[in-house]
Amino acid sequence: MKKSVLWGALTVAGLAAGAAAAGTIDDVKARGKLNCGVTTGLVGFAAPDSNGEWKGFDVALCRAVAAAVLGDGNAVEFVPTTGKTRFTALASGEVDVLARNTTWTFSRDVDLKFEFVGVNYYDGQGFMVPKALGVSSAKELDGATVCIQTGTTTELNLADFFRANNISYEPVPIETNAEAQQQYLAGACDVYTTDASGLAATRATFENPGDHVLLPEIISKEPLGPLVRHGDNEWADVVRWTLNALISAEEYGVTSANIDEMAAGTNNPEINRILGTEGTLGEMLGLDAQWAMRAIKVGGNYGEVFAQNIGESTPIGLARGLNAQWTDGGLLYSPPFR
Amino acid sequence: MSEQHAHDVAFVRTEFVPESPPPGVASGPVKWMRENLFASPANSVLTLLSIYAIYLILSPTLPWILNGVWTASSLSECREILNGTSGACFAVLTERWPQLLYGFKYPADEYWRPTLAFVLLFIAAAPVLFFDLPRKLLIFTGLYPFLAFWLIWGGTILTPLLALAGCVVGGLVYQRLVASNFAAGFFGGIVAALVVWTLGGVLIPEGASDNALLPAVPSRDLGGFMLNMMLGVTCVSLSLPIGIALALGRQSSMPLIKWICVVFIEFIRGVPLITLLFVASVMLSYFFPPESTVDLFLRVVIMITMFSSAYIAEVIRGGLAALPRGQYEAADSLGLDYAQAMRLIILPQALKISIPGIVNVAVGLFKDTTLVSVISMFDLVGMIRGPILASTEWNGVYWELLGFAAALFFVVCYGISQYSQWLERRLATDHR
Repeated sequence: MKKSVLWGALTVAGLAAGAAAAGTIDDVKARGKLNCGVTTGLVGFAAPDSNGEWKGFDVALCRAVAAAVLGDGNAVEFVPTTGKTRFTALASGEVDVLARNTTWTFSRDVDLKFEFVGVNYYDGQGFMVPKALGVSSAKELDGATVCIQTGTTTELNLADFFRANNISYEPVPIETNAEAQQQYLAGACDVYTTDASGLAATRATFENPGDHVLLPEIISKEPLGPLVRHGDNEWADVVRWTLNALISAEEYGVTSANIDEMAAGTNNPEINRILGTEGTLGEMLGLDAQWAMRAIKVGGNYGEVFAQNIGESTPIGLARGLNAQWTDGGLLYSPPFR
Repeated sequence: MSEQHAHDVAFVRTEFVPESPPPGVASGPVKWMRENLFASPANSVLTLLSIYAIYLILSPTLPWILNGVWTASSLSECREILNGTSGACFAVLTERWPQLLYGFKYPADEYWRPTLAFVLLFIAAAPVLFFDLPRKLLIFTGLYPFLAFWLIWGGTILTPLLALAGCVVGGLVYQRLVASNFAAGFFGGIVAALVVWTLGGVLIPEGASDNALLPAVPSRDLGGFMLNMMLGVTCVSLSLPIGIALALGRQSSMPLIKWICVVFIEFIRGVPLITLLFVASVMLSYFFPPESTVDLFLRVVIMITMFSSAYIAEVIRGGLAALPRGQYEAADSLGLDYAQAMRLIILPQALKISIPGIVNVAVGLFKDTTLVSVISMFDLVGMIRGPILASTEWNGVYWELLGFAAALFFVVCYGISQYSQWLERRLATDHR
């Protein structure tokens, strides 16, 4: 049965793939499961726990989308992807949405034919040094040895930064984060540089995290966000506005604790529109009225998701920083629900 | 002279002196050490240096291992227990034990299934590996692949039964036709099996797996060392016959067959395995529509099998080339046809010569199965690099996990190598 499908499929592959891409939202509903591409494991962002349950910041977004579309935050098939397989997995239709701390860049958006629907984490390249070095700014790092992953954009950013500030450094090329951790602890380099969230996660695993500091300079922009295939705007809208609903919920103080209370109706028309007691926003998206309410309920609003997975109370201990609401001096700014 | 002399002396011993043990320096451990460790000054210096080197290695590692923590729920808890002293955090192994062996998605209630399949593997492999065992056991070996498939993947029993039926029908057709012509038997058998599979595939109802005796487990949920074992065992056992066929095909006098085999072998050997794996996982999913892809496990098995069969073909070609020309001529002069000559005269000798090379490829292949971690399959190494090291509890535990993986692989690879040495001794018929 499978075989005949297979051979026939070979000839009409392009056609069928095109047809499948046209209505992802219907495909997901028919399948009853959301295929969500995540990392094979990144501390705090996506990893299965000892019971095999996926947990993490990116995972929470997958669950929110699944809850919005299918009504069940567990109706997600997590497809682990590596840095090398992630884009083909999305392009070939193996996953419906890729939530895999992927940097939004021009070429990925335009040339690879993807659509980034928003930013769920503003990252940037940072520096970590031992406290004993007595350095408080990256500009004081003249002549330092720097552990850096080869073949990444971090390498280029580093060269740019040091050249712009007219100071010298000696790179120590390393292959993986694990290797970097060992080299840095062994004193093979004075500084370790990679994405700030990665640095914080790495530092959290040290025996004495307090002996190491992250320098305040962030030398690159790494907006990480979920992405979908080009050409299916209805589906892109669903994912985009699910993310926006989580962000807006935090802005308006809707939490997983008080959402039932608020769903009864509030004085704030925006909250009412989000939670579906006023207006027909859900219908416009092709979903029912309670879509955003379910999305928020499954893991809480953006702030709750952040606090649970990577926030200051977790071992990773990331501060909100750029990822605070615009009202608190951050960059999170959801367009209005209207 | 001796008699007179005997009267002159005061004491003559009349009985033999009982044999006394050799002096301490010429026996036991001391002698062994003098001969082996301190035979010459240079030797002694080397011995002392080696002892020092061993001390340097063991003095930090032994306390680290012996002081290991076996029960803790996270790395930080481990460190609290150790309280600054040196010690391993083996708790990660105990806590994530099922994940290391079975992957993180295999249903926990069903762990007994792969375990049983693993135990049965030894029973199935025994008559193939040790040919002194009763030949009747081979029946179980023949049934084992279908049984193991059913145990590990679960679902409807009709699928493995149908596969078995196809193989049996193919075998019967082969036996019927092979008496007249080998090619007719061979291709007739394949066609018959394909017919059975296609017809049977239509008969298996959609959703037959829903309420099966053993719940179905999709390939994506397989993982851990189980995946390495499955890939290793399947690919080695498939690539050996394919490799033999390729080696013979390469020596064939028929240009078409010869060139197909040459191109296949040279192409596959010229491409890194990791490229083939990427083709299997990434490229093929472009060619198929999203709903009906070939199972990822199957794709990987095909790629690894192709890869290792090309290598095994070359190893066996070496064995064939090492046989004296007289063996081929002797087979011809006995009036044996090609299939008989190969089966009875050439291959038994050529394969015996090739054993070390084949084992070399098999061990390499088994270790290469860890490469599937780069195409996001969670084999043992993939589990360690991905989910376990990425969990907030265990991020930072490297030595314990990778050391454990190394130990597991060492046990299996050393076992294979010991078996091959036994086999070589067992098959040695020459007088050296």
